[in-house]
Amino acid sequence: MPISHIMASGMTGIRAAGDLVARMEFSKNMRIGEAKEYVAKKLGVDIPALTDEHVMRELREELDIGIITSVPGAAKGIAAKMNIEKLLGVRINSCERFRGQLS
Amino acid sequence: MATEYALRMGDGKRIYLTKEEILSEIEAGSSNASDLGEIPELSADEIDKLAEILMMPGKAVSVEQGMEVPVTHDIGTIRLDGDQGNSGVGIPSSRLVGCMTHERAFGADTMELGHIDYSFKPVKPVVSNECQAMEVCQQNMIIPLFYGAMPNMGLYYTPDGPFENPGDLMKMFKIDKARESMEHAAEHLTRDTVWVMQKLFASGADGVNFDTTAAAGDADMYGTLRAVEILRAQFPDIYIEVGMAGEMVLGMHGELEYDEVRLAGLWPHEQAPLVAKAGANVFGPVCNTNTSKTSAWNLARAVTFIRATVEASSIPCHVNMGMGVGGIPMLETPPIDAVTRASKAMVEIAGVDGI
Repeated sequence: MPISHIMASGMTGIRAAGDLVARMEFSKNMRIGEAKEYVAKKLGVDIPALTDEHVMRELREELDIGIITSVPGAAKGIAAKMNIEKLLGVRINSCERFRGQLS
Repeated sequence: MATEYALRMGDGKRIYLTKEEILSEIEAGSSNASDLGEIPELSADEIDKLAEILMMPGKAVSVEQGMEVPVTHDIGTIRLDGDQGNSGVGIPSSRLVGCMTHERAFGADTMELGHIDYSFKPVKPVVSNECQAMEVCQQNMIIPLFYGAMPNMGLYYTPDGPFENPGDLMKMFKIDKARESMEHAAEHLTRDTVWVMQKLFASGADGVNFDTTAAAGDADMYGTLRAVEILRAQFPDIYIEVGMAGEMVLGMHGELEYDEVRLAGLWPHEQAPLVAKAGANVFGPVCNTNTSKTSAWNLARAVTFIRATVEASSIPCHVNMGMGVGGIPMLETPPIDAVTRASKAMVEIAGVDGI
């Protein structure tokens, strides 16, 4: 059932830009239209591109904000989220905690 | 002979209706929501649009390109590794595997970690284990990863908890004692939830998802809203989502108020402003599915309620669309035709910010 929802109306997470739009809704209380506009502007793409895997696959790798496959040397996990922080201008809790643990 | 379209009953059973019957069911469902919630019915255009979605020939349908929304997930990885005869499918796997599978294979926009009981109270004795799991998952995950659990205030009553069961007290007409018991339970719910989430936030959780809020009635909602308020004051940047258990807050106590609004009897569009006031970022409204009614009736009713909620809310609304809510049939394997039609209708007619 969750997969049916994702296929019918989801933004497909890191396959495209779903995680980024979700972060703006949750971190800044943005409604869907505003969140999409914000993310599109930060990525330098138009709104339809936010769910276009062909555009986002390359762009995510270029920006080093995490992709679904294991490209050697590409940022993953916390490293990818740190790049997302810079891209979107938001703070992510796990990144803050990670930075706090560095001596 | 008039053309018939394949629809579903609220329990998932296949039925066949003509266009006229579908329109009549939509009008009746919308009218029911309008009467109960004192909210506007669907317009003629919206009724036509909903009928068009329900009559689409494909098995699966989807939103128009460009209208996609984030799909958030409750129940965590229990969907994969849990199995209590409900929605879990019992695949032996770690929670890290479950989270990463949702992120990299399923295309989830957010994910959450949850305890196997999925309630806050039983997390207390094993909170260090939950924190370890959260840290390991956060090191590997990219999408927002919440900690999710149910307030589940019923666990604070005898025989599971310390306070006398209000149901037993009410049967003895000890109404004041029953109310006292609920108030004590709500205090403990707030205290436990805040304590658990303080630990999880220190372990890197992106946020918290209060799932099935108000399952034990208005005191359950009161305790949850107080917890949201306290957590928001302590953690200004943390993500907080409040999802409801049912469409209306049951007045088990009957007199509890939040922000000078009586909680008992609130409908989704009346709940949203209070959830925002408490400090949540996202509200998860619910509309129950009636198993004896058609999917056209149920979906029209749900879309009418949720559209009004989206309009009344100052924060994004991610409608609950699991089994038995949001126009989805009450079945552990909801038919894909019904799920995708409900999904499309909620986005394109109700205007939700997410699912």
